[in-house]
Amino acid sequence: MSATHPSPEAARRVAFAPNWPMRLALLAIVAYAIWASSRLGLSWDRLGHGLGEGGRLLARMVPPNFERWGLLLEGMLESLQIAVLASAIGIAISLPLGVLAARNLSPWWISGPVRAVIAVCRSLHYVIVAILFVKAIGFGALAGTAALVVASVGFIAKLFAEAIEEISMKQVEAIRATGAGVMKVLAYAVLPQVASRFIGFCLYQLDSNLRNSTLVGIVGAGGIGGTLFAAFKRFDYDFVAAILLSIIALIFLAEIISGRVRAALR
Amino acid sequence: MNSMTSPSFGDPMAPLRREWTRHTPGQRLSRFAVWLVCVAAIVWAVRSIDIIPEFLADAPEQMADLLIRMWPPNVAHYYPEVHNALIETLHIATLGTLFCFILAVPLALMAARNICPIKPLNVVAQFSLVASRSVNSLVWALLFVAIFGPGAAAGVFAIAFRSVGFVGKLLSEALEETNHGPREALRAAGASWGAEMLKGVWPQVQPAFWGIALFRWDINVRESAVLGLVGAGGIGLVLDDAINFFQWDRVSTVLLAILAVVLVAEIIVTRLRSRLL
Amino acid sequence: MSATLTAAPPPATRLEHALEIRGLFKEYTAGKPVLKGIDLAVAAEGITAIIGPSGTGKSTLLRCINRLVEPTRGEIRLRGTELTGLRGRDLRLARRRIGMVFQEYNLVERLTVMENVLSGRLGYVPFWRAWLRKYPEADIQRAFMLLDAVGLPEHATRRADALSGGQRQRVGIARALMQRPEILLADEPTSSLDPRTAVEVLELLAKLTAAENVPVIINIHNVDLAKRYARRIVGMAGGSVIFDGPPEALQTHHLQAIYGGEDWL
Repeated sequence: MSATHPSPEAARRVAFAPNWPMRLALLAIVAYAIWASSRLGLSWDRLGHGLGEGGRLLARMVPPNFERWGLLLEGMLESLQIAVLASAIGIAISLPLGVLAARNLSPWWISGPVRAVIAVCRSLHYVIVAILFVKAIGFGALAGTAALVVASVGFIAKLFAEAIEEISMKQVEAIRATGAGVMKVLAYAVLPQVASRFIGFCLYQLDSNLRNSTLVGIVGAGGIGGTLFAAFKRFDYDFVAAILLSIIALIFLAEIISGRVRAALR
Repeated sequence: MNSMTSPSFGDPMAPLRREWTRHTPGQRLSRFAVWLVCVAAIVWAVRSIDIIPEFLADAPEQMADLLIRMWPPNVAHYYPEVHNALIETLHIATLGTLFCFILAVPLALMAARNICPIKPLNVVAQFSLVASRSVNSLVWALLFVAIFGPGAAAGVFAIAFRSVGFVGKLLSEALEETNHGPREALRAAGASWGAEMLKGVWPQVQPAFWGIALFRWDINVRESAVLGLVGAGGIGLVLDDAINFFQWDRVSTVLLAILAVVLVAEIIVTRLRSRLL
Repeated sequence: MSATLTAAPPPATRLEHALEIRGLFKEYTAGKPVLKGIDLAVAAEGITAIIGPSGTGKSTLLRCINRLVEPTRGEIRLRGTELTGLRGRDLRLARRRIGMVFQEYNLVERLTVMENVLSGRLGYVPFWRAWLRKYPEADIQRAFMLLDAVGLPEHATRRADALSGGQRQRVGIARALMQRPEILLADEPTSSLDPRTAVEVLELLAKLTAAENVPVIINIHNVDLAKRYARRIVGMAGGSVIFDGPPEALQTHHLQAIYGGEDWL
């Protein structure tokens, strides 16, 4: 026995249980990184070359060129319009969809399909949706708005449904017991419980719609993104820098404002 | 105050005619103002946005037409072109996530106020993280296509640079939430800064670290699918081609492939997270 | 006395005091000193207990010794080494000579007991050894010996957050002794423990430090425990030492002076 098996005394003297899964995983990650880099044609050579190119690009970007500020302003305003409209329509659609998707309020044969619709809205990237809309209904702000409406529905309706599923059903029962109808139950027992969270989701989505609306123009769906893409194609890198700075400033501003509003709501 | 004193002098019936309102006048005013701003913003957007009415009227019909042309998806296109592009997309997402840590970890350490006591460094790191986050990955891709030329390399760097801000922010928050006690104990034992980080801080942030990495990888899989639209490699390139040649049955194949990969990525992440935490 | 302090450090064996503190001041905010000129010399063996009301600077005093808190002015000498001016590597080399046990144990909860004990060697081993967990064999053997000594031989590979409070403090003691310290600082080591465990932990601390010949400075709230285990009692109030003597000399009027009032006695 003791000749073949280590005595309990000796077994106890192992200081560390070797963590083989972790070591193997780390090794695998490193090996993967090297292999995949070579497959994608990433090499030190290319990196060095890229660094030089990057330096030249940066040099061409400064100083930012705000000469065509009219074009810039027009694009920014259109992005803002897209964001506002997409948020408004998205919220309007999400309200009923969220209620319908909540499994504690709707029967399964309604909530199931509605949840599926929301899931599809969520899983497609908004830029892909924007391309499809551009191809279907033409270039311009309409396609961008429609794409962001889809994205908003996917986000708000899902979180709204989850919020409704977490409410206390006791209050719903109490209002039902007074003989209130469906809409009255919604207004007096459901909405008061979820209103503040719902407003939080909407603010967040307005914020991200604003970010995304500066982008959908790249695929021709309106807003500053189109101007940006065109400037890139024409190698107007100083104008590109101006546009990027304006976008960052706008997003900064929006973040500050929505932070203030959220603090005020609390 | 007023309502307490005035009845005794004037109208003795006043207490009986109490009026119930849900909000005080001030509250009502501010609520009204918020609504006014919202409505005004929407009205402004509707009135000035550049939407062609004919397009709007036509839209449902056109969408239906597009969907009909997409159905049924032509699965024959899947192999090898779509398949290879899909694999490339996954490589871009994974490598981008791995590489982002090279920048994100030092920046997170610099941004965490309990790790780096030097105020100016905190501010510099915070600013870099915010800048990385405010530039969308597609815009990063445009920049890197200009640097590296079209191809997957630009995609990897775009994903990495966009992820730095996200990962760095969450990581620095996790660092700031660590318990100071163990670090103090190690310092009292004469540990160097590196040893203190390794044995006192890293074990505390390790779960958060893996969680953040997985979370970002999941997002990056979605994001890398569109990078090809600006020439940064991956399945977006195939999608763009198919759309430009109006091969709608092929488009739907690509879309289904993307959906499947996104779904699988989400399932993998959920599984791994529940096992890690 | 002052002659020996300013002279070059004589060989350690001939020193009667392990630690000498002179004129130690600490101000967290300027003009409001927490420590008002502490003078204290600690013998090379035995337990010295510091008692006093909360907020009187006991904890600050201990943390000034190993410079977790930066003293405002004063001198602290560990077997002849002046500690207050040290920086960087010299400071770390000095700190590893001073063990510390904390009120909240301060273990790294997600590491195993063994790694927590071995982390007492972090001042000695190079970074790569710590990273790869390749501690010298002698360190590992000593860690096992200490775990046996504190009564946790079976817990080496368990995670620290799986232990009870008393067990954690035992690990804390093992970690501090792992440094082979020349002095051990214990900051309220039993305040988070129930009365019975507190006695057991103190008993262990006294036994092990006596066996290893390590002097101990302990902050403690429980006066009875202080009297039972300490060779010397230092009473602090308002940032100054107001009693210093053997436990037998500590009388009721001293306690009244230290803690104020008399109803609680």
